[in-house]
Amino acid sequence: MAANKTRTSGFSRNFSGTTSSQTPGIKSGPNGTIFVSSGIPDLDKILGGGFPLGSLVMVMEDAEAPHHMLLLRNFMSQGLVHNQPLLYASPAKDPRGFLGTLPSPVLSKENKSRKDDPEQDKGLRIAWQYKKYFGEDQHIHRDAKQEFCNDFDLRKPLERQFLSGRRVDCVSFQKISNIATLQDHCSTFLAQFRRNDGNISGVGRLAIQSLCAPQCEYSNMEWEMLSFIRSLKGMLQSSYAVAVITFPPSLLSPSSSKRWQHMADTLLSVKAIPVRCMPLVFGPSSHRMIVADEDKELAQLLTGYQDMVGLLNVHKVARMNTQVPVILEATTFSIKLQKRRFLVLECLNQAPIDGSSGSSYGTTASCSGSSSKTGTLDF
Amino acid sequence: MDPHRSPNLLDEALGLDQSAGTWPLGGRVVLVEDCVETSGSFVLYQIIKRALSPNSSNVVIFLAFSHSFSHIDRILRKLGSNLVAQRDNSRFFFFDMLMLQCPEGDERKGKDGLVELYRKVQTLVSSLPEDKKKCITIMVDDVSLMEVATNGSSDHALDFLRYCHTLTSEFGCSLVLLNHEDIYSGLLRPTFLLQMEYLADVMVKAEPLATGLASDVHGQMMVLSKGVCGKPGNLMNKMHNFQFRIKENTVEYFYPGRRT
Repeated sequence: MAANKTRTSGFSRNFSGTTSSQTPGIKSGPNGTIFVSSGIPDLDKILGGGFPLGSLVMVMEDAEAPHHMLLLRNFMSQGLVHNQPLLYASPAKDPRGFLGTLPSPVLSKENKSRKDDPEQDKGLRIAWQYKKYFGEDQHIHRDAKQEFCNDFDLRKPLERQFLSGRRVDCVSFQKISNIATLQDHCSTFLAQFRRNDGNISGVGRLAIQSLCAPQCEYSNMEWEMLSFIRSLKGMLQSSYAVAVITFPPSLLSPSSSKRWQHMADTLLSVKAIPVRCMPLVFGPSSHRMIVADEDKELAQLLTGYQDMVGLLNVHKVARMNTQVPVILEATTFSIKLQKRRFLVLECLNQAPIDGSSGSSYGTTASCSGSSSKTGTLDF
Repeated sequence: MDPHRSPNLLDEALGLDQSAGTWPLGGRVVLVEDCVETSGSFVLYQIIKRALSPNSSNVVIFLAFSHSFSHIDRILRKLGSNLVAQRDNSRFFFFDMLMLQCPEGDERKGKDGLVELYRKVQTLVSSLPEDKKKCITIMVDDVSLMEVATNGSSDHALDFLRYCHTLTSEFGCSLVLLNHEDIYSGLLRPTFLLQMEYLADVMVKAEPLATGLASDVHGQMMVLSKGVCGKPGNLMNKMHNFQFRIKENTVEYFYPGRRT
């Protein structure tokens, strides 16, 4: 929405899909930016199209919950589906094993049927009828439309065909002694996607998980990590690639954490649901009661509380080639698992409080107005 | 009305509305401070736009630690000045410092270190023709990243800024610095920030509204000019508070609640 607005006001070149038709999985946005998908359709929508190429996305982790992994998984899967080379760095001993947990894309048929909106369904049926008549042509069109962003089924692992033969580099922080090695990995990886002329030969995705995790030897060298991020950012600006870094800010000193946040083009944070019927084992019983009450209150206040997994906060949206900040209508979203399979983001819907009084007032007024009118006419 | 000439609140606060022929910021240090929620980089772009406006002969030296040339070029093009043309005109000098890494330790002053950068800036300034020397603006896009480039030895960064400060007194250059205030707010003694604030003649602070971000008010700013009165012994700080809304081709400034 915001992207459209900027497009109309600024005089940006109208690419009209010249680039996106050549390389799958990218689409052009305002101000000459090119987006790749985050792997979560709702997140793409929130960010105005996706992650812009050349940008650095940072996700602040919740130290007690693994929600950042949901974002990372979808981001990586989406890249593999589009056959984009991937570099994955993680503090785990065997990062390649993580690839086995990536979610699988849903076929368009399944994907369509999961939308339980009646209107959508009606439209769908007509579309299917059309498909019967137009055959191949329509099919191609539909595919091309869906290509940019897939829905992922979190319960189905990614099929082998997406992993075999793809260029996937995995780096374990435990195996490298200093951050310069990681930087070398990144620079060789990014060298494949240099921006020199208009042609995009390929798009790279970089996923770095828990950069400042205590497992790595350099985790107490804050300045080294900062200069790594800075140089990574510098390299990204001149290449067709996107990097997603997740980090637990609580492990950094407050000023370092702010520096990291400043360096991010897009800054997100994930949080677990504050309290979830987890009675404290120790402590006085009165305290326990309070916790349970709070949970109930939240459940009353927010609709769909039961499906919620966590919260996503959007702190900063990348502004490439523009000075205008993107101001979102809402910055906090609930992460939900729809049918326990699909990751969806929703605005926090607060249960309406006294919302009916205003509108009813209006209707009564108009009613009385019209009745008085008829009264004057009726003589 | 010609958008180039109509002064807005920021121009007034910075003294850019006086068209007395001399560059009003000459010999002064402007420090722009911002935070994660509200970026203050637009102030730099506004000053570049003013400095490179057609009826002045100012020169801008831009030390870029955070954004590439194409990013800034695109923004300034929307604001109405063509950086590529100005670069060819030798009125805009761009130093790409994105990948600068100075090795640690004060003995090893590497080839690409800040000392070398200062030398380049100094030679550039002194090589400019006499009429242009009067109004040179040196901009550092993001001092905090310069600190990172020196691997955390803030003293090096501060030294660099002090050297640049000597240029303001020697040639009457103006120095415009961007820094992030919230990085230092948690520190017990934010020496680096305090030193910079001490150097500054004009401080511009950009911050979000206390009530959060809104689509029609992007933030508020405070401009503090130290010792504006010319008479000695009659120093006075002048403070301006207003709100702003950033658009593609301009920035609207207005007093709180007076948005038309």
